[in-house]
Amino acid sequence: MHKALAHNKGDDVAVAVAPISAGEEVLVVYVEDDGELTVRAQTDVPYGHKVALQPLDAGAPVTEYSTQVGVARTNIAPGDYVHTHNVKTARW
Amino acid sequence: MELYGYRRPDGSVGVRNHVIILPVDDISNAACEAVAAKITGTLALPHAYGRLQYGEDLELHFRTMIGTGANPNVAAAIVIGIEPTWTERIVDGIAATGKPVAGFSIEGQGELEIVRQACWTAMDFVQRASEQQREHIELSELTVSIKCGESDTTTGLGSCPTVGAVVDRLVDAGATVFFGETSELTGGEHLVAARMATDEVREAFLAAYDGYVAEIAAGGVDLLGSQPTQGNIAGGLSTIEEKALGNIQKTGSRPVVGVLEPAERPAAGAGLYFMDTSSAAAECITLMAAAGAVVHFFPTGQGNIIGNPIEPVIKLTANAMTAATMSEHIDLDVSSLLTRELRLSEAADRLLELLGRTANGRLTSAEALGHREFVMTKLYRSA
Repeated sequence: MHKALAHNKGDDVAVAVAPISAGEEVLVVYVEDDGELTVRAQTDVPYGHKVALQPLDAGAPVTEYSTQVGVARTNIAPGDYVHTHNVKTARW
Repeated sequence: MELYGYRRPDGSVGVRNHVIILPVDDISNAACEAVAAKITGTLALPHAYGRLQYGEDLELHFRTMIGTGANPNVAAAIVIGIEPTWTERIVDGIAATGKPVAGFSIEGQGELEIVRQACWTAMDFVQRASEQQREHIELSELTVSIKCGESDTTTGLGSCPTVGAVVDRLVDAGATVFFGETSELTGGEHLVAARMATDEVREAFLAAYDGYVAEIAAGGVDLLGSQPTQGNIAGGLSTIEEKALGNIQKTGSRPVVGVLEPAERPAAGAGLYFMDTSSAAAECITLMAAAGAVVHFFPTGQGNIIGNPIEPVIKLTANAMTAATMSEHIDLDVSSLLTRELRLSEAADRLLELLGRTANGRLTSAEALGHREFVMTKLYRSA
């Protein structure tokens, strides 16, 4: 059973649709085409919060919906919890 | 589903039959509430403004007042103000629709006398309205507004795409749909701009969006701490761009045929329109109702409980926790989209069916709970 949904292929993050525990192998489904991917969670991720699918360097754009949704504040590894502690808006 | 609504003298179609008691200004609220308390079936719409406004802000006040009275969900309107000139301007604006309307001004007579007079007229209006019958209507005759609130990541994954799928069907059927929330397009404004039907409409959209950005910048501030809200962040949204991209899902995929001022009724035909509004739910829906919207779709993540006095607000959520803990506020639970047990087209079928039932008279959760948030948009401080 999937525990995360990603919008589009190439997105850097997926949304947890069930609580994810650190160390867990998470099945991610792409809404776009029902494609699948697995990622090992590095930390707990609450329901509705995001997990990284790809490595990101600090300062790199973060993509969701095939569109930039912010900038990485720190280096981010696949499986990391992604939220305001490590992503900021690119607008202000 | 067969649809039944109320046909108004100007050819518009409503799905409710309210007799409203509309204050021109804040100090006339008490008289309006007194009339509504006495005459069964009437509805007072108290609000905070209407004194010493000027310029564009005053024009918006009149447009919102007149538009509210003119809304096809309103069978008849009583307008009460402190003085006659502004009261009559609103009465005349509503009278252009051909529906029953009467104005009363308090100065020179006092509140008790005006309440007495207005009660007689309100009683006549409500008895006439109570005999009006629903008639067969077409989906194409409906004007639907959309705005989401207390968004989270489930909004962009479930509830907003469901609304988007229904918006496409409505537009294809020839209905009229309004979306707005200028600030909450930030990060996806280029995607919205790309959907404008003509270059002229695109220029109008970008002028509205850039005007908003300039307004924020002129204040020397940013929206950090406001956009996204603390509720959005608790729900997993990290940035305004992420929030906006979820929000935009509910606009579907059809071209945007026009750009409207706040509370502006479209002069041209049916289709999908952008209205330049605040993203605050009560302000936005009040403006859209004043432009003639008769049913509202409200996707929510964390659970916004908004309603509107004259426009039924249909709430849906894809957040299973919200659906479980706040079920009295939720008209449609589409959380099984996230577990992939429900397909988007099925969710859209359910929402379209609920639109029909609501149009035919089913009270929404917000209506049953008595949510009547009527909030005028104020552009700047009064003189």
